[in-house]
Amino acid sequence: MTTDRPLLRARGLSHRFGNRWGCRGVDIDVWPGEVVAVVGESGSGKSTLLNALSRRVRGGGGDVEYQLVSGQVIDLPTMPEGELRRLWRSEWGFVHQNAADGLRMHVTAGGNVGEPLMANGWRNYGQIRDVSTQWLERVEIPADRIDDVPTAFSGGMRQRLQIARNLVVSPRIVFMDEPTSGLDVSVQARLLDLIRSLVSELGLAVIVVTHDLAVARLISHRTVVMRHGEVIESGLTDRVLDDPGAPYTQLLVSSVLRG
Amino acid sequence: MNGHRPEYNYAYLDEQTKRMIRRALLKAVAIPGFQVPFASREVPLPRGWGTGGIQVTAAIIGPSDVLKVIDQGADDTTNAVSIRSFFHRVADVETTTDTEAATIIQTRHRIPETPLKHGQIMVYQVPIPEPLRFLEPRETETRQMHALNEYGLMYVKLYEDIAKYGRIAKSYDYPVLVNGRYLVAPSPTPSFDNPKLHQSAALHLYGAGREKRIYAIPPHTDVESLDFDDYPFQPQRFDSPCALCGATDSYLDQIVVDDNGGKLYACSDTDHCRRNHRLEHPDEDEA
Repeated sequence: MTTDRPLLRARGLSHRFGNRWGCRGVDIDVWPGEVVAVVGESGSGKSTLLNALSRRVRGGGGDVEYQLVSGQVIDLPTMPEGELRRLWRSEWGFVHQNAADGLRMHVTAGGNVGEPLMANGWRNYGQIRDVSTQWLERVEIPADRIDDVPTAFSGGMRQRLQIARNLVVSPRIVFMDEPTSGLDVSVQARLLDLIRSLVSELGLAVIVVTHDLAVARLISHRTVVMRHGEVIESGLTDRVLDDPGAPYTQLLVSSVLRG
Repeated sequence: MNGHRPEYNYAYLDEQTKRMIRRALLKAVAIPGFQVPFASREVPLPRGWGTGGIQVTAAIIGPSDVLKVIDQGADDTTNAVSIRSFFHRVADVETTTDTEAATIIQTRHRIPETPLKHGQIMVYQVPIPEPLRFLEPRETETRQMHALNEYGLMYVKLYEDIAKYGRIAKSYDYPVLVNGRYLVAPSPTPSFDNPKLHQSAALHLYGAGREKRIYAIPPHTDVESLDFDDYPFQPQRFDSPCALCGATDSYLDQIVVDDNGGKLYACSDTDHCRRNHRLEHPDEDEA
């Protein structure tokens, strides 16, 4: 793999809902092994940007290029549906804010983690089960809960299960949409710890959308600040949060409650 | 009634309808296992009782055909008798209960035990043609999955079975992969009958009237029942032989014989059972 170009590169990425812009003219690069946080207030277009990058929403403007594991660079907007789905199965992950959106709630934990493997052609029950068990342990879910359904899990466990399901196929890039919102503070901290260690262990690239600057501070290398659908500032996370340039970023940083 | 009978077109359906169904059938045979939409008509039978099967039969039947109709393997149940007499009346065909003599066999959920021959056509009455329906409720999504050959989800169902019951518990409508490409629900036939589909000499036509889909398994096509490497597909088996004819190779029905929980197991294929019985007791008259 060559590292002289980003894994994912977007130029002039735009998406509109009717005559309103969801995101507009966004340039963003994601390099292999890097965690990029997208921060901004509610309605600033963070999630739209994430969905447009990951091609979960289509029909917007702009270029999105992705470098395959083979080194070949492909243009995502013109990619056929079948190829895109293959990418989804093998190289990408998507962690939803609400775990119920990313899990099959009536399929056991083992089945949830095993599904991506089966989608990639695994046909040996014993192997699927072994790998599922290992992954459950890695995300701190007791192995004896493997045959329980996620409806019987707490919010934090569901979110960890969702992460296991996404990482089991060793993706190269994971999109996360507010992965820790809706969890209580202690669970949030543990989940962030887990994400941080898994990311560095596996060398994943991650784009994480969050309204919580503490999340950006904890896990990201670079931060992108959005407002009204446009990027108003980007840079190293420490630089952006400690020495914000744009007035809006200054406002955002100063509005964080300090204990 | 003074002998007056309403006039119907040959085989009940009008010629345009039959032509439409035949076009769907040709497409279905050309793409083994692919579900072809068709404009299902009303027939004198409630939807869900075999309207798809009746329309397929009506579209392919001709005066030289010999029709057999079975309902769970039996020739003598109400539905089988009614459908047989319906076609006898509207299509003027000979009917039979003898599997070997039939050219068309319309069935609800069994494949006869007697091996099918070249030239025979099986017509199935299908309630739910989509094997992924209970896993993925969106039709748009299941079509996409068929189009892109994405069948991982079906294995999740099998995985769940093994995790819960220690084996693949699905004993009927067991999903098959046809010609290495399309995932197909073989209508709710018992998994016991699945091996009969593989490289079968007969043509198998599936009609789902309510769901408006037709699909087919042409003769000599590979039909593989889905499974895991370490949990291979196992058709249902029976411990005891048929209580009436002694057959050990047939699918058995449970029959309650008294009010005290007494029961016996007998062949579900009545034609097969009668034939066996006759072989065992050549001197006896048929009961």
